[in-house]
Amino acid sequence: MDTFPKLAMRHAHERGERPAIREKHLGIWQTWSWRRFADEARTLAAALAARGLRRGEHIALVGDNRPRIYAGICAAQCLGAIPVPLYQDAAAVEMVFPIRNAEIAHALAEDQEQVDKLLEILPQCPGLRHIYYDDARGLRHYGQRELTSYDKLLEIGREALKNNPGSVDAEIAQGSGGDTAIMLFTSGTTATPKGVVLTYRALIEAGRVGVELEKLDERDVVLAYLPPAWVGQFVFAVSQAMVAGYCICCPESAETVVADMREIAPTYYFAPPRVFEALLTQVSVRMEDASAPKRWLYRYFMGVAKRVGTQILEGKPVGILDRMKYNAGDLLVYGPLRNVLGMSKVRVAYTAGEAIGPDLFRFYRSFGINLKQLYGSTETSVFVCIQPDAEVKPDTVGPPVAGVELKFKPDRELLIRTPGLFKEYYKNPQATAEAKDADGWFHTGDAGYFDAGGHVKIIDRVKDVGALADGTLFAPKYLENKLKFFPYIKEAVAFGADRDRVCAFINIDMDAVSNWAEKRNLAYSGYTDLAQQDAVYELVGECIAQANADLARDPELANSQVHRFLVLHKELDPDDGELTRTRKVRRGFIGEKYASLVEALYAEQEKVHVEAQVRYEDGRTGTFSADLKIREASTFAPAAARSAA
Amino acid sequence: MDEVLLEVRDVSLAFGGVKALSEVSFDVRSHEVRAIIGPNGAGKSSLLNVLNGVYHPQQGGIRFGKLEFRDMDPHRAAALGIARTFQNIALFKGMTVLDNIMTGRNLKMRCGFLQQALWLGPARREELEHRRAVEEIIDFLEIQHIRRTPVGRLPYGLQKRVELGRALAAEPRLLLLDEPMAGMNLEEKQDMCRFVLDVNDQFGTTLVLIEHDMGVVMDISDRVVVLDYGRKIADGSPAEVRANQKVIDAYLGVARA
Repeated sequence: MDTFPKLAMRHAHERGERPAIREKHLGIWQTWSWRRFADEARTLAAALAARGLRRGEHIALVGDNRPRIYAGICAAQCLGAIPVPLYQDAAAVEMVFPIRNAEIAHALAEDQEQVDKLLEILPQCPGLRHIYYDDARGLRHYGQRELTSYDKLLEIGREALKNNPGSVDAEIAQGSGGDTAIMLFTSGTTATPKGVVLTYRALIEAGRVGVELEKLDERDVVLAYLPPAWVGQFVFAVSQAMVAGYCICCPESAETVVADMREIAPTYYFAPPRVFEALLTQVSVRMEDASAPKRWLYRYFMGVAKRVGTQILEGKPVGILDRMKYNAGDLLVYGPLRNVLGMSKVRVAYTAGEAIGPDLFRFYRSFGINLKQLYGSTETSVFVCIQPDAEVKPDTVGPPVAGVELKFKPDRELLIRTPGLFKEYYKNPQATAEAKDADGWFHTGDAGYFDAGGHVKIIDRVKDVGALADGTLFAPKYLENKLKFFPYIKEAVAFGADRDRVCAFINIDMDAVSNWAEKRNLAYSGYTDLAQQDAVYELVGECIAQANADLARDPELANSQVHRFLVLHKELDPDDGELTRTRKVRRGFIGEKYASLVEALYAEQEKVHVEAQVRYEDGRTGTFSADLKIREASTFAPAAARSAA
Repeated sequence: MDEVLLEVRDVSLAFGGVKALSEVSFDVRSHEVRAIIGPNGAGKSSLLNVLNGVYHPQQGGIRFGKLEFRDMDPHRAAALGIARTFQNIALFKGMTVLDNIMTGRNLKMRCGFLQQALWLGPARREELEHRRAVEEIIDFLEIQHIRRTPVGRLPYGLQKRVELGRALAAEPRLLLLDEPMAGMNLEEKQDMCRFVLDVNDQFGTTLVLIEHDMGVVMDISDRVVVLDYGRKIADGSPAEVRANQKVIDAYLGVARA
C-alpha cells in the first residue's frame, strides 16, 4: 500500500461502512463512508481521464474543505496526476504563477467566487482549458466552454466506467511510492512561491510515524477547517487519514467552525497558536461579561488548575486536597469549558507554525487538554519533532520523531534529514540545491539549539536573529510573541537590529479592546479612532511594562525591553502584504513600508503623521491620513545577574 | 416571460384630505425586477401597502394573474403568493433566525394544533419538510453561522437578510421589498443586491422594490416607476428614466443655471 488511492481502496474494502468524511449541509451532518468516497473518487477519475487529464500532469483545486475537493484530490491521484491545492482566499492574480508554473490545464473550483477568479486569469493562463465547479449557485448563466459542473463530471465518469470498468483501477495499480503525491506552493513569505514536490513515500512515512506515536486509528475524528493548500491540513486530512482510516469533518462555513467543532467533538486536533489565542480571548471576554459568582468560580478554579492541572494531566503526584479541588473544578468549570470549546473528546492536540506563549500553552494543558508542540515544515511532510506525552515543555518543540536526524550549524541553523523530505522545488533546481545539500540535509533557516533534555528549542529565523548596537542578542519574534500573548495585543512588530534599543509597532485586538472600551464608556468610531485613544495607549503601555518586567529578569534579554511604541492606524493584513497568508508578520516589508514611523520611534518625536494607501477588498485603493501618537514604555533595571554562566 | 403578473390601474388613495396616490397605473411582468422610486413622501410605501392590502384605495383596481380586485386584503395577498419585507424590520426579536424564517412557512403548514402538539406522524413529516426548505434558504442567504442566534442580537444588515429569508420562506410569486438597502453600508448593499438578483434568478421570483438609493436601483432593476407627490411621472428602463427631465427635476433636484 504505497499510494493514497491504494490506501483509499483498501479502506473501502476493509471498513467500507465506516465514515471517511463528513460535511454539514443544510444544517445536518452528511456522512460519506469510505466506500462512497472510493466510488466517488473512482468515478471522478474516469471523468477526468475522459477530459484528458494524464499521468504526471497537474490539476489545481481551489476551495474550502469540502468532500468533493478531497474526492477531486484522490481522483487525480488515482490517475497518477498531481493535485495542486491553491489557497482559496488568494486573489486571482496570485493564482497565475502556480497555474502557469505547473502548466495546469484542469482546475476544480468550489463555487462561483473561485470560478470567477479562474475566469479572470484565463487570458494570462491560456493553458487552463477545463474548469470544474462543485456548487452551481450563481453559475447558471455562465456560458464559457471551459466550464463543467461536478455533477456533469460524475455522469461522464459513470458512463466511462460502464464502458471500461477496470480502467481507473488499472491506473491506480500503476502508481508507486516514488510518484509525486501532491505539490504545495509555499505561501510566499519571500519572493515568488515555490512548488514543493512531495512523494507518497515521504508523506506516508512521515504520517505513519505520527499515527504510531499517538496511536491514531479509524475511530479518531478530525475537523478539517484550515486551508487545504496548507501542508498541515493536507497531512491531517489526507496523509494521516489515509494511513489510519479516520474520519475528517468539514465545517459548514468559516464562520461556523466553533459551533461545528462543538457538535463533532474531534479527538485529534490541530490549531496554530493564533487560534488558541483567539479562543482564549473569547473565553476571557465572555467571562468578563458573566455574573459575579461565575466569575469568582472561574477565577478560583482556574487558579487551582494553574497550580496543579498540568501535573495531573501528566500523571505526576499531587496532594489529595488539591486533587479533590481539581475534580470539583473539572465538574464545575473545566468540563463545561472543554465542552464549549468543542474539546471534550480531544486526545491529542497539536500546535505549530509559530512559538506559542508559555502561559497560553499552560492554560490549555491546565484544564485537561493534551496540547503539545510539533515542529515541521512543508518540505519535511510536517513531522520532524513531536513532544511525547510525558515530556511536554512550553518552550521546546520536543525531540525528533523516529527516523529523523537533526543537527545545528554553528550559526544555529537547524538541519534535518528525514524520510519525509521533499523531492524538489518544482522547476527550480537552484532553490532545491540551496535547501537540500548533497548528503540529504534540509536547511530549515530556523535558528535554535538542543536544550538539556535533548529537546529542540527554536528561537527565530536565522536571518532575523540579530544583535542590538551593543552586541546583545535581539530575537524580534521572541519579543513579539511575548507581547502578543496579552489579549489586548493582536500583533506586534519589534525593531532593534543594530539599534541602541528596541521599539515596537502594536496592533490592538479589536474584539478585546472594544469590549474593554465599552465597559469604560469610551466612544469611538472605528479601529483607527479606538487605537489612538489615550486610554488605549495606557492599556497597551501597561502590557508592555509587564513584558519588560519579565524580560528584565532574563539576563540574555534584559536589553531587549521595549522602550517606545506606537499603535498602528490599521490592522496588519495579508491583502496588503504585511502578513503572510498564514498570518506571520513580514517584518522587513513592514519596516520598509512604514520607514517614517520607525524613524519617528527612534527620533524623540511625540507623534508622527502617516499617509497611507489602503486597498479595499474589492481592489480599489484610497488614501488615508492620521497622526499617530508615540509613547514611552516603562522599563526596568536588569535583575541582579544570577550566576547562571 | 413578458406576461403581466400584476397590474395596477388608476389607483388613488387619500388619508382625509391628504392625497397619497393619484391615479397611479403600472404593471409588473413575471420574473422582472421592478423598482418604485421617488423622493421622500412620494407615496412609495403607500403604493406597496396598497399592493399587499394594508391600505384600501378609494379608486382604481388591481389585477393579479387572472384575478381582478377592487382592493386587496393582507390575508388574500399572502394566500395569492405576495410576500413582503418592511422598511423598519418587523421580525420577532426574541426568536432565533431559524424560527423567524420558519414563521414564513406558516401558510404552508397543514397540520392542526393537536397533531402538532402530539408530534404525530404527519406533523413530524411536515416539520421535516419545512425545516429543509428553511435550511435551503439559510444556505442561500449564507447565514448558517447565526442559525441559532436570537434576531435581536444581530446587526442591522443581517436582520434585513433574515427578513428577506422569512419572505422567501413563503415561496412567493411576487416579493415586495420596502427599502431593502436602507441604512446599509456599501458592502452590505452589495451583498443585498447580489441576493436580490440571485432570488430573481434562482427562484424566478418577481420582485417589486422600493428604494431610495438611485445607484442601486439603476443597477439591478429591469424597469423603474418614478413617483412624485403621489403621481407617476415616469416609467421605463433605468436608462430611459435617468434621461427623463421630469425625473431629474423632481428627484435629483432642478439645476439652476
